[in-house]
Amino acid sequence: MAVCIAVIAKENYPLYIRSIPAEHELKFHYTVHTSLDVVDEKVSAMGKALVDQRELYLGLLYPTEDYKVYGYVTNSKVKFVMVVDSSNTALRDNEIRSMFRKLHNSYTDVMCNPFYNPGDRIHSRAFDNMVTSMMVQVC
Amino acid sequence: MICQARELYGASPEFYKDIHVFWELLCSHSLEALVKVCLEKLAKCILWGMVNFHYTRACNDCWVSGCGNGNNHFLSVSGMRKINGYLCVCVCVCVCVHIYFFLSLYSSPLHPSLLFLEKYKTYNFMICYQNLLLKENLPKKFPMTAYFSHTVITELCGAKRVGYFGPTQFYVALKLIAAAQSGLPVRIESIKCELPLPRFMALKNDSEIRYSNPADLHGLKCQIPYVTMEKNSFKRMDDGEKQQETMSPTMSPISSPPSSPSNYQRVPLTYGYGKLRSGMDQMHAAPYEARQVALQQEGPTAGSHGSKPPRLQASLIRSLSVEREPQESNNNYPDDPWRITEEQREYYINQFKSLQPDLSSFISGSLAKNFFTKSKLTIPELSYIWELSDVDCDGALTLPEFCAAFHLIVARKNGYPLPESLPQTLQPDYLQTAFLKPKRDCALFDSYSESSMTVNQQPRDLNRIEKTSMKEKAELTAPAQEANIDDKQALKISSVDEAMPKDLSVDPATPKDLNTLRARPRSRSYSNTSLEEAMKRVEEPPTPPPRPQKSHSRASSLDLNKVFQANAPAAKPGLLPPPPALPPRPFVSQISHHNTNNDSISQPKPPGQPPGYGDFRLPEQTEQVSEIELHPQLTRTPSQTEESGSPVKKDLPHTQPPSKPIRRKFRPENQVMENQEPSVSGTSSVPTSKPHAPVQKQSSKQKKAIQTAIRKNKEANAVLARLNSELQQQLKEVHQERIALENQLEQLRPVTVL
Repeated sequence: MAVCIAVIAKENYPLYIRSIPAEHELKFHYTVHTSLDVVDEKVSAMGKALVDQRELYLGLLYPTEDYKVYGYVTNSKVKFVMVVDSSNTALRDNEIRSMFRKLHNSYTDVMCNPFYNPGDRIHSRAFDNMVTSMMVQVC
Repeated sequence: MICQARELYGASPEFYKDIHVFWELLCSHSLEALVKVCLEKLAKCILWGMVNFHYTRACNDCWVSGCGNGNNHFLSVSGMRKINGYLCVCVCVCVCVHIYFFLSLYSSPLHPSLLFLEKYKTYNFMICYQNLLLKENLPKKFPMTAYFSHTVITELCGAKRVGYFGPTQFYVALKLIAAAQSGLPVRIESIKCELPLPRFMALKNDSEIRYSNPADLHGLKCQIPYVTMEKNSFKRMDDGEKQQETMSPTMSPISSPPSSPSNYQRVPLTYGYGKLRSGMDQMHAAPYEARQVALQQEGPTAGSHGSKPPRLQASLIRSLSVEREPQESNNNYPDDPWRITEEQREYYINQFKSLQPDLSSFISGSLAKNFFTKSKLTIPELSYIWELSDVDCDGALTLPEFCAAFHLIVARKNGYPLPESLPQTLQPDYLQTAFLKPKRDCALFDSYSESSMTVNQQPRDLNRIEKTSMKEKAELTAPAQEANIDDKQALKISSVDEAMPKDLSVDPATPKDLNTLRARPRSRSYSNTSLEEAMKRVEEPPTPPPRPQKSHSRASSLDLNKVFQANAPAAKPGLLPPPPALPPRPFVSQISHHNTNNDSISQPKPPGQPPGYGDFRLPEQTEQVSEIELHPQLTRTPSQTEESGSPVKKDLPHTQPPSKPIRRKFRPENQVMENQEPSVSGTSSVPTSKPHAPVQKQSSKQKKAIQTAIRKNKEANAVLARLNSELQQQLKEVHQERIALENQLEQLRPVTVL
């Protein structure tokens, strides 16, 4: 189950972080922060030559004993990081991909809103609802 | 304190003695005891059947004065602030048994001692101890009433001349109010006749409106006066204003929008009150509190005097708030704030045109953002509204999306909380079909068409197959049966026929699914394929006939529609008005009009005057005059509207050139005239208006031509004026630069010389 979902801007500050349950919020924030290094590593590892074919989905960034961290980066260098509970072994890679795709779509919708300035925190209710559904559903 | 006896008028010796006793108590401390004694005395007076007596007592620093008839009495004790700062509080008690106090008062001459009071510049407070009265188990009819006086009334009753509201002025003013409310012209002569009591809004609840006792006007609310006791900065002449001040905090919630149900009487009151505030401001140099209150009052009701689009919204609010009540009373539909009325739609379409002339194309995000930002809603709210209304999430607004967004903004400005999801009536496809179909005046059709629309939507969007057969079945069955049953039947039919696997039983769920489904493919094409399909599909006209031509629109006054109604009276109230004759004007010219049209707003017949422009707070008195004229018309019974109908209708073509849809909203007159319209257009039948039609048309056309010409000239003037000012500005700057350079030169010159 997705316990934490974060949207990180290009400059590596968070646009949106949400985690369930609330008491481990700090831990998840920290996890997301450290995972950014891994994201950068993966992105640079893919090489500049392969920019066109660069896969948006980064896959498992790193696992710990409690949870796994997945990453996804958009073409505008906005990163999505998802922390998933390890106990949920039924969660397959495809499902993670589809979740990221949904996230990306919702994020695009948010960007389309002219009242949203890129770089602002995301307050969109539709986005919130979508994230909630993901966190609960995967539960 | 030393009591000084004053002469009493028309009182018996026993009463005089009682007054003495009462006065002794007054001079002692216990205010409550005082009141108690007062009441006892008054009760006795009632028994005695004293009619129209007045009494006045005075001492060093207070006056007590009272007046009453057999039914009602009120005392006022005016206190003066002593040097040591102790305040003597005025107590005004009013006991009412009947509410005919006023008439008897009017017919009684005032006692000279009362006039003496007026001249005595004291600090005067009036407080009504209603609680006390209730404790005493006195007759209950003692509501808290607000009163206001219209500036015209103020003039007529002489208060303006004298500079304050004395009892004389007050009585006359109230009688004039009664006259105005019963439809008589506001003249001194009209108060001679027998009038019902003026009706005022009550604080407590609407049921007590009928009990409103003008005698209470000297008394005010309980809670507020406790506060006013602390304040001691009023002059006697500001008494009237003070009362208004204390009214105003309570008035503003009443007069401001949404939820307060009210009757039609409120309409003139809110106007009058608004005028009052400005009128009273004109009358005296308002104390700071009054201004504060006025500002607060102006805020919710009249909006700012700033730029146009905020006024637009403010006028929307104002007209919406004012017109809401009668509208709700005439409402054929269930109270649905998410339904767009005909006038609103017209207005939105015109706004769309101003941003984007091509109605089938889009408004880009940035353009829409700038436009909606002018509504002064917060950015998060606007962002949310955008989210709701931009269903295809392409960052641009089609016409239906734009209408939905605008409607949401309007609703939000009026205090409605934003919905969690876009309501059915604001969905783009619903709106799109609504735009295309001829409007029909049938509530049944509306509900039917809704259900058929949902039915139609589902097969269209889910299966993308031609569903004419199902639709036809739905249509066939609909007239015969209830719409709801139709829905289910049609659904069943469709599910049976088409063997649709999906569950169609829940209508509300499906639009959401539609939304998500539609969003997913994310057709960023600009062809509106889904809408075109909708256009094709719905061939028969089970149109959502949006609204019968209601008297008041939720959105602000689209007098445009009323104009068209007036000009084409042959057309039934439900039909679309003809398109505006002139091309839509850009914002700039409209804004420029704002400046140029400040002056000639007074009459409802300024030729060529785009009535919506300009700062209407300035020419208030003239407005109020016309306001007064319109008041009697407003309150006239429907049976009389036919007579008033034709003159009013003739007025309309003068005031409202057809293609000026937008900026007219601010105009209180327009709103008032809109209020007239319901009585006019609703009641005057088509045959009676037909004779007026041909005559009106010709003259109106000529006038329209003149108006357009004048308007064009004014626009040109405005543009040139602005250009002039800008050039002047530049000239100034250049001058300054030149001076600076010359200075520099002079500084340098000695150096070179040396």
